[in-house]
Amino acid sequence: MTSLTSLLQRHSVWRGGAPSAPGAAAVPTGFAPLDAELPGGGWPAGGLVEVLSRHEGIGELQIVLPALAALTAGGHRVAWLAPPHLPYAPALRAAGVRLGNLTVVRAPGRRDALWAAEQALRARVFHALLAWLPGASYPELRRLSVAAQSGPGFALAFRPAQAACEASPAVLRLELEPGFETGRVAVRILKRRGAPVSTPLRIPIQRPFGRSAHALDRAPLPTVEGSGARARACAA
Amino acid sequence: MKDQALARGHAPPDPGREALEAVAAWACRFTPRVSLEPPQGIALEVEGSLRFFSGADSLRKRIAEGLETLGFTAGIASGPTAQAALWRASGGGGALEDLPVSVTGLDEEALALLAGLGLRTLGDVLRLPREGVARRWGKDLVDALDRALGRAPEPREFFAPPARFAQKLELPAQVSEAPSALFALRRLLAQLEGFLAARQAGVRAFRVLLVHPDCAPTEVSVELASAARGEAHFTRLLFERFQRLELPQPIEAVLLAAESLEPLAEKTAGLFGGPGEGGEEWLRLVERLQARLGGEAVHGLGLHEDHRPECAFCRVDFRTKDSRGADTREQGGSPGPRPLWLLEAPRPLCEGEFALLAGPERIESGWWDGKEARRDYFIARTGESLAWIYRERQGGWFVHGFFA
Repeated sequence: MTSLTSLLQRHSVWRGGAPSAPGAAAVPTGFAPLDAELPGGGWPAGGLVEVLSRHEGIGELQIVLPALAALTAGGHRVAWLAPPHLPYAPALRAAGVRLGNLTVVRAPGRRDALWAAEQALRARVFHALLAWLPGASYPELRRLSVAAQSGPGFALAFRPAQAACEASPAVLRLELEPGFETGRVAVRILKRRGAPVSTPLRIPIQRPFGRSAHALDRAPLPTVEGSGARARACAA
Repeated sequence: MKDQALARGHAPPDPGREALEAVAAWACRFTPRVSLEPPQGIALEVEGSLRFFSGADSLRKRIAEGLETLGFTAGIASGPTAQAALWRASGGGGALEDLPVSVTGLDEEALALLAGLGLRTLGDVLRLPREGVARRWGKDLVDALDRALGRAPEPREFFAPPARFAQKLELPAQVSEAPSALFALRRLLAQLEGFLAARQAGVRAFRVLLVHPDCAPTEVSVELASAARGEAHFTRLLFERFQRLELPQPIEAVLLAAESLEPLAEKTAGLFGGPGEGGEEWLRLVERLQARLGGEAVHGLGLHEDHRPECAFCRVDFRTKDSRGADTREQGGSPGPRPLWLLEAPRPLCEGEFALLAGPERIESGWWDGKEARRDYFIARTGESLAWIYRERQGGWFVHGFFA
């Protein structure tokens, strides 16, 4: 067994299942199982990544949060483009993101959002661009992918799950599925550079409540009248 | 050393006055004191520029590289006086005394006479009595020797670059594809950069004329968002334009013209690399985005001391505030779990649409400014999402955020 491992470590042995050799430096995602499956070991620099999810509030931001914290702490800039809601500063701060390095761009129209995304990528000042582009077509994403290539960081396009059946120029496509009961979000790698993966990865996400909170789940809903007194008791 | 000069003597064929002026205009980037030394020399007074270009060797290297881009080959030499530098450049370097007498530019007859007397180097001539040298070869030679040695003043007329840039370059062979002409254009763009650097200026627009043998030239005008002068940047812009260009005929010459200069000062590099990575570029981008999307559309995020969730953050306006200043204060202990998404307008929720998981966290604040909040916050599951919901004390449930 040891001789096999040492043999596999030699450069002359090529393994079909291994992700393709890393080109540019990647930004580690902060989740070891995910890093192990992504070519280069993280979010690909100069690449367009698609994150597809059917629901919001299932941990879609958490999978990118460790990378954002590391980038902003290192003095790099991160942009939020056309986010559907307000990125909430206190929660971001608590997750270790340096707020001073964030730029939020609100672009109500679809064309404006695409234009702004391309401008941001071409300016090459952001090490991560998080963009919400629900209705982008293949040629539009292709433009963004080309614009991202010369940049220092990665671009993450959040899109609805329906887009999974469309062709995409992204170098990496992830589909998120809620894993509510387990406290893990399931990440399926739909497309990556290298050999395909079929098994979904389960990424642990931070849940904003402890173990004891499950009691509430099973308990009947608190009545409107009585909850004031209970609230005080819980807070104490 | 009073003033050091770098000079270059161009190898034959004679480059001509126009080419000399073009090189002089380019050389103005290194020093404002450039003089033409016809037929084929240019003298630069660089004593004051050495420190900026980190030494004579580094400056010499830059000049050599720049001239190569412009398409010239040159001998470059330095000396304490312009005359000495010029002679050394045309004599291939070395000590002034060891230079051959031919560098003085005397006519054939005089050179033959010197050779007949066995005088081969300037050192040999210098050892002769002055009066004798002046009588045999004219006072000009003695004066030139005096100037080279710094014994006589060396008045020179400095080159004044023209106020607008227009240069034409004949291509060595006709080309049928516009991108092929780019290589030649790079020389002109490099000249333009030197020309602009000498004035501390940039341009917002420039024109390229592609001259065809038998029809009107194709004009390509490039407009920029802000004043710039970088050769590499201009080349990239032209490359994009040329890709889509249809030519009626092959190109035989290119012409580059730029007017309406704008001041563009060099930035002083900061001790720690300036106000942050790509600070200038980033600011330009923000300006561009705000120009199209509106001033409110681009903002930063900061914290604000308030218990009400919708008031616990602030939007940082980059136009008025330094973006990096917003984050200096540490948050004093998180009051409870906070969602990553906050809904701008809380969404009403019917009972039965959610299941509570944790809570409550009571928030009562803001009675003083008319936006009083009296709410109990819960973490709840709505469908597949993990939401932050609250119940108004007057009744009614609302979604206020998502734990995304």
